[in-house]
Amino acid sequence: MSRLIPFIGFLLLAGLLGFGIWWNTGHDQTAIPSPLINKPAPDFKLPLLYEPTQTVTRESLLGKPYLLNVFASWCIECGVEHPVLQAAAPTLGVALVGYNYKDAPDDAKAWLATHGNPYSLLMADTSGQTAIDFGVYAAPESFLVDAHGVIRYKHIGPITPEVLDNELKPAIAALPQEPR
Amino acid sequence: MRALLRSLLLATLLLCAGAALAQAIEPLPFKDHAEEVRYQHLTAQLRCPMCQNETLADSNAPIARDLRNQIFQLMQHGQTDAQIKQYLVDRYSEFVLYDPPVARNTWLLWFGPLLILLVGAAAVVATIRKRSRSVTPSMSAATPTALDEGDDW
Repeated sequence: MSRLIPFIGFLLLAGLLGFGIWWNTGHDQTAIPSPLINKPAPDFKLPLLYEPTQTVTRESLLGKPYLLNVFASWCIECGVEHPVLQAAAPTLGVALVGYNYKDAPDDAKAWLATHGNPYSLLMADTSGQTAIDFGVYAAPESFLVDAHGVIRYKHIGPITPEVLDNELKPAIAALPQEPR
Repeated sequence: MRALLRSLLLATLLLCAGAALAQAIEPLPFKDHAEEVRYQHLTAQLRCPMCQNETLADSNAPIARDLRNQIFQLMQHGQTDAQIKQYLVDRYSEFVLYDPPVARNTWLLWFGPLLILLVGAAAVVATIRKRSRSVTPSMSAATPTALDEGDDW
């Protein structure tokens, strides 16, 4: 029996290392879980990209759930995500709000002219100052905000068809069933 | 004359390069040396969320630059180091702290190594006890030569 002890020790260690591999391949290691989940979205006041004299605030978006999509023309992964969003936008069930992050307005407009504009509302954070309150650190990022202005779900990185089906759609379905 | 001109040109170019480098360091208007030291110390304790193995002080990622600026602004508003850290934790989670706080969810992190050390120590003690118990009775019977042989390990 005592001869088995080193072997059992080895098995435990191998199990631990195997768990480490399984755990780290199962999720995006660079994605930091947001502390803002289930908390009210931060207050913000941002101009529209196409009409900079008009502003959008957290209050003005209350009443309907929306998916806030942080993107930029300089962001390569955003180009990967964009077709997925564009295809999904009409059937998503929530409004798709664009958040143009640290971008020159002209670059953003040119990018949208090329790739298409799926956003029902599009605001611009040229300085990236408001994005700090949202805990944004890399585009693309997406926040699902409910009708009460509470962040219910966040995805860091591009929304792939898998993320859309396995995470985003269930999160939208789980939103409180209130007037949409 | 030609050589002189050439070296003059080279010197001018080098000066320009030096100026460009100095620009990249983005100097901040600190009011005194103490404030600058405090800023350096604080940003060195915080982790860049983008390039995750660098401190905010070291990283050249755009978000690190933004956060450094934000930290500087918060310092100007008279916030303490603890308040500034809390500000970042509220937005980017405890991930930004290089030194995680001792809390219930970090107990394993802080005391796990101690736990493993204790398990190892217990195993060593158990082994030694067992060996000394099994060796002692045979000691009296063993001849000196047999003892020498057994000593090899």
